[in-house]
Amino acid sequence: MDTTLLFQLVLNGLIVGALYGVVAMSFVLIYKASQVVNFAQGEFLLVGAWVCWWMLTTWQLPFWAGFLVTLAFMTLFGILLQIIVLRPLIGEPVISVIMATVGLSIFFQALMKWMFGVFAQPFPPIFTAERMRVMGLEVQTVYIASLGVSVLIMLGFWWFFTYSKHGLAMRATAFDQQVAQSLGVSVPKVFAMSWAISAVVSTVAGVVVGVVNGVSSALSFYGIKVFPAVILGGLDSIVGAVLGGLIIGVLENLAQYVDAQWLNWGNMYQIAPFYALILILLIKPYGLFGTRNIERV
Amino acid sequence: MTSMTPAGDFRSSYRADTTIFPTRGSLFAVIAGVLLLCAAPLVFGRYELGLLITIGFSAIAALGLNILVGFTGQISIGHAAFFGFGAFASALLVEYHVPVPLAIWGAGLMTAVVGLVFGAPAARLKGLYLAIATLAAQFILEDFFARARWFSGGVAGRVTEPYELFGLRLDREETYFYVVLAHVVVMFLAAANLMRSRDGRALIAVRDHYLSAEMMGINLAYYRTLSFGIASFFAGVAGALYAHYLLFVSVEAFNILYSIQFLAMIIIGGLGSVMGSMMGAAFMVLLPEVVQAGADLLSGSAIDRALRLGASISFLREMAIGAAIILFLIFEPDGLAHRWKMIKSYWKLYPFSH
Repeated sequence: MDTTLLFQLVLNGLIVGALYGVVAMSFVLIYKASQVVNFAQGEFLLVGAWVCWWMLTTWQLPFWAGFLVTLAFMTLFGILLQIIVLRPLIGEPVISVIMATVGLSIFFQALMKWMFGVFAQPFPPIFTAERMRVMGLEVQTVYIASLGVSVLIMLGFWWFFTYSKHGLAMRATAFDQQVAQSLGVSVPKVFAMSWAISAVVSTVAGVVVGVVNGVSSALSFYGIKVFPAVILGGLDSIVGAVLGGLIIGVLENLAQYVDAQWLNWGNMYQIAPFYALILILLIKPYGLFGTRNIERV
Repeated sequence: MTSMTPAGDFRSSYRADTTIFPTRGSLFAVIAGVLLLCAAPLVFGRYELGLLITIGFSAIAALGLNILVGFTGQISIGHAAFFGFGAFASALLVEYHVPVPLAIWGAGLMTAVVGLVFGAPAARLKGLYLAIATLAAQFILEDFFARARWFSGGVAGRVTEPYELFGLRLDREETYFYVVLAHVVVMFLAAANLMRSRDGRALIAVRDHYLSAEMMGINLAYYRTLSFGIASFFAGVAGALYAHYLLFVSVEAFNILYSIQFLAMIIIGGLGSVMGSMMGAAFMVLLPEVVQAGADLLSGSAIDRALRLGASISFLREMAIGAAIILFLIFEPDGLAHRWKMIKSYWKLYPFSH
């Protein structure tokens, strides 16, 4: 295999993987704060991207305005979902919570298909230059922008959880709900906030993917692809989520190459992460950075 | 459960406590119900019979999933893949000249073996990790169906033979209905019987508190894997019945949405309830019909034109499934079986309910 191609594959993998990492981070955020496994994470990307697309095409808003309106809408969307659907289920068994998010996922997928149709719709062009050269490689500008956005979001997360008051309150809640409550942290507010932040961050990822590939129901598959990433990194580790996303992104690109060259099994790009997922669960179910549950009788 | 039995109805022996039918009345009700269903082909048209057949094999699959989720407390998001495996396995057996009545049970056994293989991680994993593992199993099996041409006919699908017993071809709705009904009765009796046996009670103990169960000498790994095998067996038989009803099996049918529908059936019907699986299956099969009827009612009106109801009926059905799951979880988390018990006890005590 020649090195340019390998380099190109790894670069593609890192770009997609960074997006997985961003979505995985927002998934872990919800899990850490409210112990909900969100099977509807992909629908955040989907709804956000469609709303943004709608603002830009039907209402002819400039990109920055449409984007801000979308973010505001998704903040509200996340908070409402938490209050209406997830809050009544606090204290219910794991299966109820999982099924509620699965139900949300089906509902919004179908709703988006009903409202916007089943065909992929391209975003209006945002950048003037289509391609640029980086280290001797032709790369589309949107890819570079996407990588930049991902890194920015990750830095934003780091700042938020290390220095801001709300971020610290969220970490306290994740550490011990009762103690946080007794110290004056409003746990319901933290839950709602975690859903809002998660929805907004996923939307940014959704819009980026929409700009690159067009908006379609394929976006919701990012919500499924997140599982290999978070399991690899550890379900409750934000750093792990980023790392897991990058590894899965590179893995699926390499798997596709190996498949196309030698195996010809087809569809390895989609399936390889799930083989990895089963392997990780068998060998190291708590992932690279996840905390191991110690059970007491 | 015991709080629902009427006053004065005490069980005084272990035998009485573990019967399938708690009262004579419930036994007669079941027999009468089955006899009544036997008369269904005389009353209903082909379309309604088709719905009843669908409810039948869905109920068998849902019952299997309920043994896994409701009785053992293991979560599976890949049930449709096992259902599909049963369908393909039966078609493959028929290809090798196995008679269809045997092929259905053979497919069940083959699926059980596959279930045991995928259930092996279940011995170590539980709760949400298991849910994610079965999600992966769903995608891996789906990919396998699309790829393994010798097994599933690849993307083109596989044609199979109709049900034939002693030279009688049971290939029309009117006749195939009895085949499905017989299988439903056998499988439901088997499940009800399993739940009163030592193994069934062990499964429930694993669900309620697995550490206590282990301390009382229940082998956790064995029973968790076993429950996966049983669930897959039910799914396999149901899938085989599906295959010999449609006479054509294709990969697309067994996607994740179908898996979720099975989960929805047991949640709506009632987790850990044998009859609830049947009620849930009936609900989920009839829900799209209700949506269709609603859309037909509005067709041609201004609402229909504005919202394009007719053209997007499939999306409306999916939305109804999602909404049904969420609404049941919030407002009736114990499912239809529980609601049915409440209604029964209300009428039993009717004027003096307090």
